[in-house]
Amino acid sequence: MQKRTKILLILIGLLPVSICIAAGIGAYQILPWKIPRVLLFQEDGFAVLVYVRFPRVVLAALVGAMLAISGTTLQGIFRNPLADPGLIGVTAGAGLGASLWIVLIGGGALGMWGLPIAAFACGMLVTIGVWKISESQGKVHTVTLLLAGIALNSLAGACIGLMTFLADDEQLRSLTFWLLGGFGGATWHVVFVTLPITIVGVFVLLQQASALNAISLGESEAYHLGVPTETLKRWSVFGVALTVGAAVSAAGGIGFVGLVVPHLLRLMGGADHRYVLPGSALGGAILLILADLFSRTVVVPAELPVGVVTALIGGPFFLWLLIRFKREVFL
Amino acid sequence: MIELEEVGYQINGKWLVRDINLIIKNGMLWGFVGPNGAGKSTLLRLISGELIPTTGEIRFFGKPISSFEPKELARLRAYLQQKRDINFPFTALEIVLFGRYPYLNGTKETGCDIAIAHKALRQVEADVFAERLYPTLSGGEASRVDVARILAQAPGLFLLDEPTNHLDPKHQVQIFNLCKSICDQGKTVITAIHDLNLASMYADQLLILKNGVSVACGPPKSVLTQNMLTETYGVSFNILPHPDGYPCVMPNLNIL
Repeated sequence: MQKRTKILLILIGLLPVSICIAAGIGAYQILPWKIPRVLLFQEDGFAVLVYVRFPRVVLAALVGAMLAISGTTLQGIFRNPLADPGLIGVTAGAGLGASLWIVLIGGGALGMWGLPIAAFACGMLVTIGVWKISESQGKVHTVTLLLAGIALNSLAGACIGLMTFLADDEQLRSLTFWLLGGFGGATWHVVFVTLPITIVGVFVLLQQASALNAISLGESEAYHLGVPTETLKRWSVFGVALTVGAAVSAAGGIGFVGLVVPHLLRLMGGADHRYVLPGSALGGAILLILADLFSRTVVVPAELPVGVVTALIGGPFFLWLLIRFKREVFL
Repeated sequence: MIELEEVGYQINGKWLVRDINLIIKNGMLWGFVGPNGAGKSTLLRLISGELIPTTGEIRFFGKPISSFEPKELARLRAYLQQKRDINFPFTALEIVLFGRYPYLNGTKETGCDIAIAHKALRQVEADVFAERLYPTLSGGEASRVDVARILAQAPGLFLLDEPTNHLDPKHQVQIFNLCKSICDQGKTVITAIHDLNLASMYADQLLILKNGVSVACGPPKSVLTQNMLTETYGVSFNILPHPDGYPCVMPNLNIL
């Protein structure tokens, strides 16, 4: 069996294991191997598992998968291993939408759906803006796409800053917590809204694997190999905006997953996107399940924002990768 | 057969190539020569379909290029670019396998594709580093892997932009011998080239470009003349006969 197939199979095996471990650990402990029995016979802990732990763990898995596969896609499109899923403006846009909603409209309006819908819509709008700016004569110039993304990111960042300036104490607190990210609000409702978006987005992005391989040679080389490069870019940006928008709306700003996971996969099994894309979806899911587990168990009864955990682990880890594998990471 | 009819390409009000009429028959090795910025690469990119001519039309087998699907076109012609940078840890073999993209429908390469890739690597003596990571290869090694990639693409028309850059004399000759053998199979090679002596040795036909306009077209012996070269490059040349009969071209020390 090929090494890559092995890695993918191991990840497929690790996913349910990490789900069970994470679902079992918490204030009320349930041993992972007892989970099937608890579910089947509705033994003690059934309610905790079904109504509290599972929606949270599953949401973490979905968000992790979406962030990581989006990071891989954008790194492929920009042909740059340092690209991050936020580069096309969707993260900052969603943050802006959330802060506008919290500060100007009031966090509670439209019930639990107002905030995520505002975040998702604003993330999409900013990405469409980035796309329109970099489009001329039916073609999208990739460097302009990158620069427009950076420009609109900082603009949205400035507006978020303005909103924090305008916010009162309570708004500031909910805004800060939202921006730091977390799965505290996970319910089955959120999972069921996020799941179809995850499926569609991941499906769309997986389709781009071969074309992403070809585009790593360069855009014009990809064209000469018969890749419809504009279609590839359009679908990729669409898939990334959809998944990252959904991820940020569901869980706030969680960094580093989209950056670190694709690197790990490439270090283990090479750069073929037909392996890195599905691998990073699985790896991102596992990583975020574990990061969330850490965030809610390390300072019990309080919870660390999971975005802080991923940045605390991801940052130094990424630096270590850069130093350790300087030659393979190719900056 | 490739036909160019009144082809011109304009960008920001400047004509990069203009009024090019050319009929390229199968089995020929064409060289595009001329000073920097003469429009050699632009003309190659027009023929590849990547650039769309502002005026005129380019036809493959009587059909305009725009009427071909991207993958269909990729099975007809391959293009070797001058500069390339790959930031991901692909192995040389994987890079060559990308040449099989137009034959796959997002499916996995078959054993046949892998055999084609290995054969292509052997043709440029690059099979020894098939498993090495492309970004760790030297400039010359990477160039040969790129040539192997377009060999694996197996088109009828090879468009090469300076294929011998970074290569030592042995591998320069090897690449052009390969081009010759490709032409002997009835396929066509068009190459932009600065090395006039290699052009003289190998090309069946030369097109000399200056400021985007064709100034001479014909077999090397008839177009590589002192007057023509002096006028085109702005430096005088000595033309000596090579023992094998090619015109051998040496620039003089003083610029005109």
